[in-house]
Amino acid sequence: MNEIAPTHVTETAMPVCARTADGSAAPDPGPDPALCARAPIGMLCELTHRCPLQCPYCSNPVELERVNAELTTAEWQDVMRQAAALGVLQIHLSGGEPTARKDLEEIVKVAADVGLYTNLITAGVTLTRERLAKLVEVGLDHVQLSVQDVDPENADRIAAYKGGMAKKIQVAGWVKEHGLPLTINCPIHRQNIHNVPRMIEFAVEMGAGRVEIAHVQYYAWALVNRASLMPTREAFMVAAKQVEEAREKYKGVIVIDAIVPDYYAKFPKPCMGGWARGIVNVTPSGRVLPCHAAESIKGLPFDNIKDRPLADIWLNGEAFQKYRGTSWMKEPCRSCPRKEIDYGGCRCQAFALTGDATNTDPACSLSPLHAQWQAVAEVESHNPNVPEFIYRRVGGAAKKPETHNAS
Amino acid sequence: MSETSEPRSTPTRLIVTGETKLVLPRHVKLRHDAGRGRWIILAPERVFNPDDTAVEVLKKLDGQRSVNDIALDLSQEYQAPLEVVTDDIVTMLQDLTDKGVLVKA
Repeated sequence: MNEIAPTHVTETAMPVCARTADGSAAPDPGPDPALCARAPIGMLCELTHRCPLQCPYCSNPVELERVNAELTTAEWQDVMRQAAALGVLQIHLSGGEPTARKDLEEIVKVAADVGLYTNLITAGVTLTRERLAKLVEVGLDHVQLSVQDVDPENADRIAAYKGGMAKKIQVAGWVKEHGLPLTINCPIHRQNIHNVPRMIEFAVEMGAGRVEIAHVQYYAWALVNRASLMPTREAFMVAAKQVEEAREKYKGVIVIDAIVPDYYAKFPKPCMGGWARGIVNVTPSGRVLPCHAAESIKGLPFDNIKDRPLADIWLNGEAFQKYRGTSWMKEPCRSCPRKEIDYGGCRCQAFALTGDATNTDPACSLSPLHAQWQAVAEVESHNPNVPEFIYRRVGGAAKKPETHNAS
Repeated sequence: MSETSEPRSTPTRLIVTGETKLVLPRHVKLRHDAGRGRWIILAPERVFNPDDTAVEVLKKLDGQRSVNDIALDLSQEYQAPLEVVTDDIVTMLQDLTDKGVLVKA
């Protein structure tokens, strides 16, 4: 989201997790032709795919990486040093659940020492007060805490984890005790969309400076579970209005970032702010990706940080070069005046739904599949027989529902 | 839940006036991005790109001097009308305060 402040300061949001808020323009990695100007400003580090929660919309790939494949402490520390040298400004320590790594403190320390702004993206349920204190001591800058719902029972059901809410309230308190900024992240879908205003209120009560009303994006696990998660257009419109009202009510108190479901958006989102443009992702085993879902595009070769320097992968890696810029585009993208605004939408979604990543994202009204694709959302979201969740766990997606593809 | 902190009172919006004294909170970092040859503000999941004027104002925010003090400095430095300078920086500082980049000293 590039937004011009009234005067003198422009703002770039981090499109973490393949999301860019509100369909606005992509972030600018910088005006200079030097290496750093072409470098990513953000790096998403999936430290592990282990997680105590089993949310059915998890952004991790359906094929989860195993613990014995994970990078070592020294390897992650080296990733941090390489990222800073390349020009990365912020790192997002995610997972799975990043606190499942016993060496998280050692990784954060190196990241902070080399000047990276460190963001911990956690479910909070396994965090202890002592551990958080240690993380703050070594230089952690910000905590993003996920909340599955404000209704504790529903939250437990969604995450397949008992008693999460009480723990999250406790963690939010510790974060504030340490004077650290807090973001509450609420993934929104059919089964909690009625609680959007309460989620925002909850974030205010927790002392968060920022709340993400993040509509689930339908890749990976969420695509598997789309028929259980897709809200109706009507419900989405109500929630959007509620967000606008809350923004007015809480101006100067909390920043509300809303991420819309692209099934109901007018234009496709500029996914990741453009392929290989502002964000780089490293998986638990060290695979370097232009976005966390990129492995879903079959046949795309990915380099590993163990084999090749980060800067070389970013600048020259085949997967990064493949859809960088606009020269790979076909019609209707190629001649589209919006091609450098939304970059043809999401490559992973184009691949998942059309079988060809160079096609226009079906989220775009110019895609020949657009009407059919929207009809799927219309039908699924109104289906009174909501399918059971297929929970995120190793091998969990073997049982796939039939409502998987628009084509 | 013995370690749960006390419930907090609902925070309210800080309105920036000439008398306000502001600082960057600890977690917001104004620094020079050598690789890109520009100043940046690092904040939770945001990077702000201040122009030269904004950088100068932000560097003067020491929590001691008020917005009026800083406006006076700048109007003398740039030989610009005090009222114009004050209006300009109050608008900017209010916007940054609303976004959580600045807090009351």
